[in-house]
Amino acid sequence: MELILALAIGILGGSGVWLLMRPRTFQLIIGLSLLSYAVNLFIFSMGRFPVGAAPILEAGGKGDPAHFADPLPQSLVLTAIVIGFATTALFLVVMLAARGLTGGDHVDGRPPR
Amino acid sequence: MQDAFHLLAAVLLPYAGALIACLLPARARTIAWLAGGTALLTLLMVLLGYADITAGQIPRVALPWAPELGLSFTLRMDGFAATFALMASGIGFLVVLYSRYYMSPDDPIPRFFAFLLAFMGSMMGLVLSANLIQLVFFWELTSLFSFLLIGYWQNLAAARDGARMALTVTAGGGLALFAGVLVLGHIVGSYELDDVLAAGHVIRAHPLYLPALILILLGALTKSAQFPFHFWLPHAMSAPTPVSAYLHSATLVKAGIFLMARLWPVLAGTDAWFWILCPAGLITLVVGAYVAIFQHDMKALLAYSTISHLGLITLLLSLNSDLAMVAAVFHTINHATFKASLFMAAGIIDHETSTRDIRRLSGLNQSMPFTARLALVAAAAMAGVPLLNGFISKEMFFTEALTAATTPTLLHSILPVAAALASILAVTYSLRFIHGAFFGPETDDLPKTPHEPPQFMRVPVEILVFACMVVGILPSATVGPVLDLAARSILGEATPDYSLAVWHGFNLPLVMSLIALAGGVVLYRLLYRHLNAGIDGTPLLERLDGRRAFDQVMVFISWRFARALERLVATDRLQMQLRLLVCIAFLAATLALLPHGLAPGGVELTRPDPVVALLWVVGGACAIAAAYQAKYHRLAALVMLGGAGLATCLTFVWFSAPDLALTQLLVEIVTTVLMLLGLRWMPKRMESASSGHILARLRRGRDLVIAAAAGLGLAAISYATMTRVSPDGISRQFLERAYTEGGGTNVVNVILVDFRGFDTMGEITVLGIVALTVYALLRRFRPAAESVGMPEQQQGEARDWLLVPAVTMRLLFPVIIAVSLYLLLRGHDQPGGGFVAGLMLAIGVLLQYMAGGTRWVEDRLRVLPLRWMGFGLLLAAGTGAAAVAFGKPFLTSYFAYADLGPLGRLPLASAVIFDLGVFALVFGATVLMLIALAHQSVRRPRPAPPPLVTARPEPAVAGEN
Repeated sequence: MELILALAIGILGGSGVWLLMRPRTFQLIIGLSLLSYAVNLFIFSMGRFPVGAAPILEAGGKGDPAHFADPLPQSLVLTAIVIGFATTALFLVVMLAARGLTGGDHVDGRPPR
Repeated sequence: MQDAFHLLAAVLLPYAGALIACLLPARARTIAWLAGGTALLTLLMVLLGYADITAGQIPRVALPWAPELGLSFTLRMDGFAATFALMASGIGFLVVLYSRYYMSPDDPIPRFFAFLLAFMGSMMGLVLSANLIQLVFFWELTSLFSFLLIGYWQNLAAARDGARMALTVTAGGGLALFAGVLVLGHIVGSYELDDVLAAGHVIRAHPLYLPALILILLGALTKSAQFPFHFWLPHAMSAPTPVSAYLHSATLVKAGIFLMARLWPVLAGTDAWFWILCPAGLITLVVGAYVAIFQHDMKALLAYSTISHLGLITLLLSLNSDLAMVAAVFHTINHATFKASLFMAAGIIDHETSTRDIRRLSGLNQSMPFTARLALVAAAAMAGVPLLNGFISKEMFFTEALTAATTPTLLHSILPVAAALASILAVTYSLRFIHGAFFGPETDDLPKTPHEPPQFMRVPVEILVFACMVVGILPSATVGPVLDLAARSILGEATPDYSLAVWHGFNLPLVMSLIALAGGVVLYRLLYRHLNAGIDGTPLLERLDGRRAFDQVMVFISWRFARALERLVATDRLQMQLRLLVCIAFLAATLALLPHGLAPGGVELTRPDPVVALLWVVGGACAIAAAYQAKYHRLAALVMLGGAGLATCLTFVWFSAPDLALTQLLVEIVTTVLMLLGLRWMPKRMESASSGHILARLRRGRDLVIAAAAGLGLAAISYATMTRVSPDGISRQFLERAYTEGGGTNVVNVILVDFRGFDTMGEITVLGIVALTVYALLRRFRPAAESVGMPEQQQGEARDWLLVPAVTMRLLFPVIIAVSLYLLLRGHDQPGGGFVAGLMLAIGVLLQYMAGGTRWVEDRLRVLPLRWMGFGLLLAAGTGAAAVAFGKPFLTSYFAYADLGPLGRLPLASAVIFDLGVFALVFGATVLMLIALAHQSVRRPRPAPPPLVTARPEPAVAGEN
């Protein structure tokens, strides 16, 4: 399982990095999204891979860490997803504004030399 | 002993006066009174401190600043500091008095006095500092305020250039000084002046002595205008004359002298000290005096004379002799008095005749006899005529030069000759100053008819000239005690016996003085014709133009070198920058990992599940396909991105993270819709022949290698981390306390709204800011001209294709609202919560926009996203603040369960109210962004003006797809 997830992170991250180095703004936005998947999965994987152990307690008691998935990476990733959404939206609009103002969609705001 | 608060007052009073002067309405007279009063009070404070010193104390005051770093704001006044403080405040007061009459009412007077006072405060801080770093701080402040003063007449190009040059040279030297002081502090282990002064042997024996010495002397020599940094001083003469009188007699340029003398006990006494300072001082002394003769502007003549006298003092300091040290301090005082009065006299002449050109001036003795006599006495002091103060210190200089000549090096042995030569030149330029302006036939070829200045304008000059005479006639009775205290505070027990008498018998120094006087008169006679011919420039030294060299250096550093460096190492291409960023991150990770390797850890592996494997075969393929298609097939790439997102989402489900999965799914939907809305404005792009170009292929190949390396690295790091046992962190705490202390069974939600509520608070604020930014950006959105037309999908019958989905979406709206509320309410105990519920509701609205179109929805349903956002943020912050009202820290939560009988128990945690705020804000922000984007298609957009950059037609942009 570890290997599968590690490869998944690698593929997502590699594709993201590849797109990060492309010249068009839309490629960048896709690349950043892929990269954020990779990073989120990486943080998430710190909680290991418990199956059927969602951190939902029985009412009225203390939770035993042996029986539940680690809630900390989950809440961190949840925060990361929301912030990632915000930055993606912002980048999208900046991309549109740049497209309108420069006439093109090159990251430098002008066609390549 | 008690804290000497009058020292603090001596530094702070001028600043306070400066502040008030800026704030007062511009009434010249009031401001002058204020400035004069401030200067007088400052002088009084210094005198109080001086009284302490004569009583055998060293007054000091310390305010802790950053004690753990060894930094405190400490002021201390010994005899030497008192001498400089007396000069700075005393002459400062006279200058203020003089300026009151000199400055024209048309000038911005408040600014003038504010800068002057602030400069005075900086100078006081500099001389009274007991901490070296603090000293450097005030040092830079004097540079800064002298810059403002020199450039006071900011409409004059010469003033601006002169000010900039002065700042560049002196502040640059100040940086070197700072470095030097840091080295010195490193050697000693303390920046306190007392500690440093006690560590002379350690410093001189330390291997870092030479670097520290060079750096500190760089600061001192630039400030005191020593060769080869002398060139800024003549250009600083474009300042108002009172400023020149102040800066170039008692203060700014003397700061370098002050520093060298202050550190003399620890830095001097070595060959390095002599061999750096002596040539600099000697050249400055002789060349400055020589150049001064050929200046036609009275102030320029005085400027070069100042340079020359500073050279003399530097030379005395360089000799490593205690007696020379005393002579240096004495000459510093003398020079301050006669040079200030001469500048003021030149200013009076300028004020009354509107010219300072010695070639035009003549016979002023007739029209302003009193000023003429004052100037005559001051110039005689400058030339070293007996019975004036300049004579006595010059005699001491000759004595020291003769003593030094016994050391058998060439430089030592030429000192007496050079001293005599410089004195001859000094007599010549003093003669020129007096004879050129005041004697000769009276001329009527002047811009104004000259007459005596207002009485009080002359008073400062009278006081200073009087001082020159008294000191010259009765030295030991007047300046003796001050000089003695100053010398003792530097030399301590080693203070030599010296005689301040006027008459030492008929000896060699007296002969030298007489030779200088006679030689100066003869030289003036010889040069008289040449000088009156009005030729500009200095014979033999035409090529010596510090300004041109300075300009060339500046152009080189700030333009050519900077440009070359930029071409070499910088790029404005973002693609290249990102590539570098990725490569450097990769290298940094590699370097960090090199010593440890990336071997997998020893944890027992989880059994692989074929479903997850299959899921990630699809997910990985989607990611690669998205990367492959993002350039030419954006819609396909977007779909593939969604595929990868779904795989991530399913992974969350699989491994027990229902909250994450829910959020990921909904965010995925909203993001996709947002991007779909944005795609419409992007330029069409077709695959073209150029993408197959060999260079482009090479570039892509390189990027592919980088990306593959990054991906492999990520995978390796992930695998290595996952196969290691993570330390027992704080997760256990969260699990154990979620219910007992947070009142919720959904631990992730409790963490978000309770344990880490402050984090969430910040996060929703960010989300709100982003939404507002998006809204603001889109209000001014101007699409490119070719995207303005309606896309083909919206033309014709397209709308009817969505009839069935539209009805379904409309019917689902209430259901979605119900589900959203359900998710919100159960969030504390079951998967759900404010984020998810807000997104869900936003998607409900979004579906209506998609089904009915913007106009149709807004005719029936007005969502006011800004109010939702405001409400949400206020609610969340208010919940947190409510805890403060109960005396608990911000965002402390409270919970109870209300028993509703047959309906069950209702959780009533205050965190739920917080979550409601999160819900409202997330909903408002998301809808605001969606609506802002959706509205772009409704309004009739004006196309953007043609792009600012001249874009060549891009080969990749083609016609209709």
